[in-house]
Amino acid sequence: MSTKFVIDGLKAEIEGKEILKGINLEIKGGEIHAIMGPNGTGKSTLASALMGHPKYEVTGGSVSLDGEDVLEMEVDERARAGMFLAMQYPSEIPGVTNSDFLRSAINARREEGNEISLIKFIRQMEGKMKELEMNPEFAHRYLNEGFSGGEKKRNEILQMMLLDPKLVILDEIDSGLDIDALRIVAEGVNAMRSEERGFLIITHYQRLLDYITPDHVHVMMQGRIVKSGGPELAQRLEKEGYDWVKEELGITDETVGQA
Amino acid sequence: MSTQLTTPTDRQSTEALARSKGEPNWLVALRGQAAELTATLPWPKPEKVKIERWNLTAVGQYEATAAVSSISELPQTVQELIAEGTENLLVQKNTGAVWSKLSSELADKGVIFTDLETAVKEHSELVEKYLFQAIKFDEDKLTALNAALWNGGVFVYVPKNVEVELPLQAVLYNDKAEATFAPHILIVAEDNSRVTYVDSTVTVKDAVTEAFTHPSLVEVFVKPGAQVRFGSVHSLGESGVDLSLRRAVVDRDGRIEWIIGDLNDGNTVSDTKSVLVGHGSTSDTKVISVGQHKQQMSLTTQAVHFGKSSDSNMITRAVMRDSASAIINGVTKIEHGATKANGVQAEKVLMLSSKARGDANPILLIDEDDVTAGHAASVGQVNPEQVYYLMSRGITKPDAERLIIHGFLAPVVSEVPVEAVRDQLNRLLERKLEG
Repeated sequence: MSTKFVIDGLKAEIEGKEILKGINLEIKGGEIHAIMGPNGTGKSTLASALMGHPKYEVTGGSVSLDGEDVLEMEVDERARAGMFLAMQYPSEIPGVTNSDFLRSAINARREEGNEISLIKFIRQMEGKMKELEMNPEFAHRYLNEGFSGGEKKRNEILQMMLLDPKLVILDEIDSGLDIDALRIVAEGVNAMRSEERGFLIITHYQRLLDYITPDHVHVMMQGRIVKSGGPELAQRLEKEGYDWVKEELGITDETVGQA
Repeated sequence: MSTQLTTPTDRQSTEALARSKGEPNWLVALRGQAAELTATLPWPKPEKVKIERWNLTAVGQYEATAAVSSISELPQTVQELIAEGTENLLVQKNTGAVWSKLSSELADKGVIFTDLETAVKEHSELVEKYLFQAIKFDEDKLTALNAALWNGGVFVYVPKNVEVELPLQAVLYNDKAEATFAPHILIVAEDNSRVTYVDSTVTVKDAVTEAFTHPSLVEVFVKPGAQVRFGSVHSLGESGVDLSLRRAVVDRDGRIEWIIGDLNDGNTVSDTKSVLVGHGSTSDTKVISVGQHKQQMSLTTQAVHFGKSSDSNMITRAVMRDSASAIINGVTKIEHGATKANGVQAEKVLMLSSKARGDANPILLIDEDDVTAGHAASVGQVNPEQVYYLMSRGITKPDAERLIIHGFLAPVVSEVPVEAVRDQLNRLLERKLEG
């Protein structure tokens, strides 16, 4: 069965402030969707609410992955069901090595007694690290501790590659990356494109989309998707900015929930 | 209020026991004097912990112990701490040594590694020169009690320029609450020598249910240019009170490293102090602890700087569960004249329950201008952002928390020099964190 991820009328708030005001989106296996928009329009909130961040409270709507109710699941259950969020600001976990963490994450998906063998794991990890041009020593470093912005982003992509998810959300994966790192990250994502996997890429720059061609582009403002189109929409936004969208829709302040 | 000891630590019987064991006159006298002082000296007064309310008087009786002829005769709890083929090993059961081995290679180099009771007989002058010099026997009731009662114990002597490659290992255990368990550990590292010593202090859990007190002292003398690594993991039973003072005196360009795991199930006072006497002397102290149930603990690290350009670093990390409480003190004292000294300390407590208590008290006492010093202290819960991050990769909440907690303690665990003791530490952590 091909992957089908459906967001229907999703509303969410943080500390009593409504940020998402009814998001509708359907992502099928093989598709890449990009959500673009200026800062403060609710893009990252969408990513966090989908993954189940405890700070965000979903107040309405539904989300399903292959017919399963995502909002009923705990964060770890969502991950094991096939969701993956590459975070904008991944946590640093002192004392836990990257490789111990990765192995725990892989084994969390496997039955007890059927854990991945150490040798197989190391081979997989080292192979993917090589593709991402990561220094092998990062396997033994504490998780994200002291990593530069670019190293953290590569590490997120490494996790994505090893965990083989059905639905990938990339939250501002391009921010803070130099052009080389951007290329490597984009190649990593492109290598993962498949008919079984859907992508939701959140960004406010066109530049990532120069490397990863989306099938659908959506513009987010005021906590809603206000405009959708094909790759040409992203190019127009890059050239002309967002003012024309605001004008067309009669929006003066595109942000949401800003005090 | 001074507590009367109900146990026989009077002068007469203490001296009689010392004589019956054939101890030299200077030690008989010292023990007698100390026994008399136990009646009048006050208990140590650690910050914010009222130890007088603990049962401190269950010091037990002397009982002769017989040596074992094979490691396999030792309890399972002890055997699993000893890797097969360990050459340099000392085992103390309750009141005395039951196993003592040193490789002939080290013996030929002049290294001494034996129980302290044997050492006072075979190397009386050498021991007399150091015993109760780093810690005075009349400092308080605890030091006097140890002086009067100590038995078994450990003596390590490393001659000048001798480097001991393999760690010297000791296991000190009790399996009977009624027997006195009061080790005294004395380490002397002569000029430019190097040695690693690791001990495990354990209770054979099922065998001991009655109250007992473990008054233990450690004295380390680090001579010019010498380096001593001292590792110690304590896991005494719930009915026990662990009172452990450790002190090193470090000479010019010498270095002491302490790696301490305070993982008892009962109340604990642990005080580890480095006195940096010589110029360029350095110390590094790492302490971890896990408190559970109603355990009360006082964990103190101290560095006293006299020497110019002396350097100290101290880390304490504690995880507190249930209604356990820990008062964690870090004391950096820089004396006048210790120019260019540098002292850094960090105390961190992770609280796993709202009823647990953890106080981190960094104390800097500085009487010299030309120095650098730093401290950090934090008390907090498992960071929910970290838990979310790990869970977002499919790891369950309990596993995520376990990873974070073990990670919190990892900087100390990874430093433990003997693999079998490191494994012991991991097993203890697993048990104390899951149980």
